[in-house]
Amino acid sequence: MSARSGDRWLGPAMFLPAIAYILALVGVPLVLAVLYAFSDARIGTSGIHLVGFENFRSVLESPSFRKAIRNSIVFTLSAQAIVILCSNVLAMALEKPFRGRGLVRFVILLPWVAPVSLGTIGWKWILDSIYSVITWVLVALHVYKPYAAPMWLGEPRLAMASVVLVHCWRLIPFSTVIMLAGRTAIPKEIPEAAAIDGAGFWRTLFQINLPMMTPILSVAVLFGIIFTFTDMTVVYILTAGGPFDSTQTLPSLAFATGIAGSDLAAGAAISLFLVPVLVGVAYLMLRVAHRTEVV
Amino acid sequence: MAVVETRSLTKVFKEGTLGAVNDVSLATGEGEFLVFLGPSGSGKTTLLRMIAGLETPTSGAILIGGRDVTNLSPRERRIAMVFQSYALYPHLSVYNNIAFPLKAQKVPRDQHRKKVEWAAGLLGIGALLDRKPRELSGGERQRVALARAIVREPAVFLLDEPLSNLDAKLRTSARAELEQFQKRVGTTTIYVTHDQVEAMAMGDRVVVMDKGRVRQTGTPAEVYDEPADTFVATFLGSPPMNLVSGGGTITGFRPEHFLPALALADPGSVPMRFTFSHEEYLGAERILYGTLADGAFAGSKAVSRIASTHAGRFAKDSTYDFAVEKGRLKLFDAATGIRKA
Repeated sequence: MSARSGDRWLGPAMFLPAIAYILALVGVPLVLAVLYAFSDARIGTSGIHLVGFENFRSVLESPSFRKAIRNSIVFTLSAQAIVILCSNVLAMALEKPFRGRGLVRFVILLPWVAPVSLGTIGWKWILDSIYSVITWVLVALHVYKPYAAPMWLGEPRLAMASVVLVHCWRLIPFSTVIMLAGRTAIPKEIPEAAAIDGAGFWRTLFQINLPMMTPILSVAVLFGIIFTFTDMTVVYILTAGGPFDSTQTLPSLAFATGIAGSDLAAGAAISLFLVPVLVGVAYLMLRVAHRTEVV
Repeated sequence: MAVVETRSLTKVFKEGTLGAVNDVSLATGEGEFLVFLGPSGSGKTTLLRMIAGLETPTSGAILIGGRDVTNLSPRERRIAMVFQSYALYPHLSVYNNIAFPLKAQKVPRDQHRKKVEWAAGLLGIGALLDRKPRELSGGERQRVALARAIVREPAVFLLDEPLSNLDAKLRTSARAELEQFQKRVGTTTIYVTHDQVEAMAMGDRVVVMDKGRVRQTGTPAEVYDEPADTFVATFLGSPPMNLVSGGGTITGFRPEHFLPALALADPGSVPMRFTFSHEEYLGAERILYGTLADGAFAGSKAVSRIASTHAGRFAKDSTYDFAVEKGRLKLFDAATGIRKA
């Protein structure tokens, strides 16, 4: 009898910390964000005064917000395209054993291990308008004249490119490890059979290897989308959204409006626009996971 | 159709170690079914993979249809291969699996359906074309792999233990089918196996390999009845040939030729005394285990294989008169194991 009642309570008891954790760190902030988005809360106000869809209306009308949406999409898609391409190439290069492969793998993984903020601060200096080593090298090579060199973070297009590339630098290691796992999971007879059947490099890649890696490729892409779409560290440290909002993304705009600009309600409304995208990605991820289990 | 020839082919995987394949020179006949037979690690699969172009030889040459293909990629060799695991493309339907070599070889698209249906028909898998490989049984997968191999009418078939993933019963019928299939299409075929029954049943000729070297090449009857050395003598046959040594010579005789003296009418047979120890009853036959008594070979272990219809009863530790026909005795050099007579 005591064993049975123990069974009844042990399971839920073991579960409780996880549920409490998720409720406190995910549930409460989400509810709070929804509540704020429909109120006129500002930093320092007490009590909640609901104002309906007023915040959403004003956010949708603001040019900064539209720009941020466009930037978020450009930022996410271009970073993902570059990451997937580079990580595939790297995975292919690292698959076959060669002298020093362990060291190369370690070096490639380093950016992932370093804290994002520290790595990005390093990049901020590398791309700095005065102290940039890149500029220094280009000037030394006589590509640019001193004082006429590009301002990596100061011109809208260059700033966007810089933000995207630094983000790629950070995500490529993670993606490479996933791709490497995906490639290793393909039995070696399959590409061999393709070679004997007459397939060349590109046909084997696009018709055999990549399709067989689809489940793991989708995991990499979906994770990448979440990491990129919700990221604000890189943007915040490198450009803080500037110049002229040219690198402002949804998360950085939400932060700038809600925390820095102390308009909590508008910030919450902006961040809620992330939800549909993230829900879509989460749904796809669960489907991929399910399909991989079934096969 | 083409003849495959290897000249002093050698593959060394790690410098300073013994090669996986050492100095192998052989040639198939036109349309021949040639079997590479050997224990695991004998180099038979490495040899096949070099012919396929999946491994680069350390030295030596490979010729297919008289053309030196040693440095050509697999796709340029006009070969087809069936892997032990079948290596079907799991994300493609059976139809697309079979059509893949046609696409890769840039066969005009309008011929694909006709050729795929022809190959599928030949192997009786016409009804499975829309399935995925994971929805097929082992036997069906093996046929799909064969259909994929035959579809572009290659010059040579290479088969790497294609039956080893099938259960015992299916293996026997698949073996007969495969043999019939090869005779019908008449394509030169090289077949790798460690199973001597498969080798004997299917091969026009058998290449017996051990430690990367060819020990003997011959028809199944030749390698069985006239083994070139003690390795071939003991690798083929179950139970293997009896080998007894004495006087600088190893004498060999097959268990089925070592019979109770009464069963041998031939007056020229060599008498031997056999001390019986135990017996295995296998239905159609009986395997008698024991040792030879007196004479030069006293104490040597020997096995006799007699038909179950033989009514004789044998008692443990009793000695009986046995004999071997004179022509059935094979003599090997005691030092090298090479056949003397």
